[in-house]
Amino acid sequence: MSDDLYRELILDHYRHPSNFGHLKDATGKYRDSNSNCGDVIQMEVRVKDGKIDDVMFTGVGCAVCIASASLLTENVKGKTVEKALEMGEPDVLGLLGLKSITPERGKCAMLPLKVLKMSLLQGQKQA
Amino acid sequence: MRSYLVESSELVHRIRHDFPILSRLENGKRLVYLDSAATSQRPVQVINAVKHFYEQMNSNVHRGLYEMSEEATQAYEDARSNIASFVGAKPEELVFTRNATEALNLVAYSWGRANVREGDVIVTTEMEHHSNFLPWKLLATEKNAKLEVVRITDEGLLDKGCLEEKLKLGPKIVAITHASNVLGTINDAKAIARKAKDAGAVCVLDGAQSVPHMPVNVKEIGCDFMAFSGHKMLGPMGIGGLYGRYELLEDMPPFLTGGEMIKEVHIGEVNWNDVPYKFEAGTPNVEGAIGLSEAVNYLRNPGMNWVRSHEKELTAYALSLMANESSVHVYGPLDAEKRGGVISFNIDSVHAHDVAQILDTEGITIRSGHHCAMPIMDRYGIPAAARASFYIYNDKEDVEALIQGIKKVKRVFSVE
Repeated sequence: MSDDLYRELILDHYRHPSNFGHLKDATGKYRDSNSNCGDVIQMEVRVKDGKIDDVMFTGVGCAVCIASASLLTENVKGKTVEKALEMGEPDVLGLLGLKSITPERGKCAMLPLKVLKMSLLQGQKQA
Repeated sequence: MRSYLVESSELVHRIRHDFPILSRLENGKRLVYLDSAATSQRPVQVINAVKHFYEQMNSNVHRGLYEMSEEATQAYEDARSNIASFVGAKPEELVFTRNATEALNLVAYSWGRANVREGDVIVTTEMEHHSNFLPWKLLATEKNAKLEVVRITDEGLLDKGCLEEKLKLGPKIVAITHASNVLGTINDAKAIARKAKDAGAVCVLDGAQSVPHMPVNVKEIGCDFMAFSGHKMLGPMGIGGLYGRYELLEDMPPFLTGGEMIKEVHIGEVNWNDVPYKFEAGTPNVEGAIGLSEAVNYLRNPGMNWVRSHEKELTAYALSLMANESSVHVYGPLDAEKRGGVISFNIDSVHAHDVAQILDTEGITIRSGHHCAMPIMDRYGIPAAARASFYIYNDKEDVEALIQGIKKVKRVFSVE
């Protein structure tokens, strides 16, 4: 199961993450960390007409965390905020191509989605 | 004396036989347990001592007048004497706690609150585990006192000049680790305790990573308090100790209150119990104390000098092999004389979590993360580190497995 984690999909997105960087005119921004491992992810989103127009991330983390952020940002572009807020662990595991994950590594995989949702909610509050 | 007649490797082979868990498989491979700095494994002797207590004398202590309870009380107090003598203390100077964390909090809460005033200085260091940093930070905030932090050098040693500067401020408390849980650095506790005393401070030593791994005698060191954890030295979880100089313990107000820690309670007046019972509110961890006492017996033969030299040998071996691995960075002093059997490292462009996970596929268990020492992570500008740590049951084969595991990580991540 552990060897599964290090398939090319995850390693590729770890080495060359998509949407890595900062966003101009972000409508929402949020940063959070995993208390036990030191993974840090920041998401910057731009919402237009209830849809995610663009999203970028920065941070440091393990392969699972960075690949999750990379795949997630690719996936949610064009989605409605409502749909993005409905996403959960099965969606993230699906993006990573994993059937299951251990509780500890689950925290790494889920951090980007958690941060994305917070950035969307923060954007809504400010709007 | 027996131990000196036996070759080290033969002795380790015999020791390994006493640890049932070492025969389990990890991911289908031989378990290479390299996380003893987080918690050690327990020999069958310790497991049996706990079992014996439950099967033969389980009852509350210091309360019952029946034979079985007297036996339990006797066993609990014998354990106290035995563990106290292991660190060079008198029995009444050893307070049983849950672990080193609770022991350090006890000192900060009880001695600290009674003695630290506004504007006072508390000195700690950049290499502390959070448990010897946060209690002092909280105390300083509460009392409006100043927390001064001694820096560490690039090599991972305490900055002596910085320590001298801080001592000139006339601190009330100098709280310092004996051995770092991240860098492995062994601090000269005796010299620091003397300097602290000269500066008029009380010296609090965190012995969580030293008591299990080297000879430690609180009277020789001359510290005022020392904390340690049982589960890092072959004992059960949930038992640990605080050594406190008798005069200090006697003057201190209680920590937790409740049963056991009083002599008399009336609505208008309370008399606290004698030291150390004043600090042991509620039913204590009797089986833990008995198990830890058995762990101490186990360590006495081969003896702590052997434990230290065995770990030094493994550490030097591991450091020499790791030095040959490109892209591997080791933190802390590179001289095994200056450090304990704890090696924190990173591999270029690979997160410590991934290192740990890939090693686990080979049956090698290490820790990854910030090791509850985030100021050290900040000091070296890293989010996390992988950490391998050794104990009496590790051998050269374990070190070699670690190196093979590191090679595998580099292959998976295509690191040169």
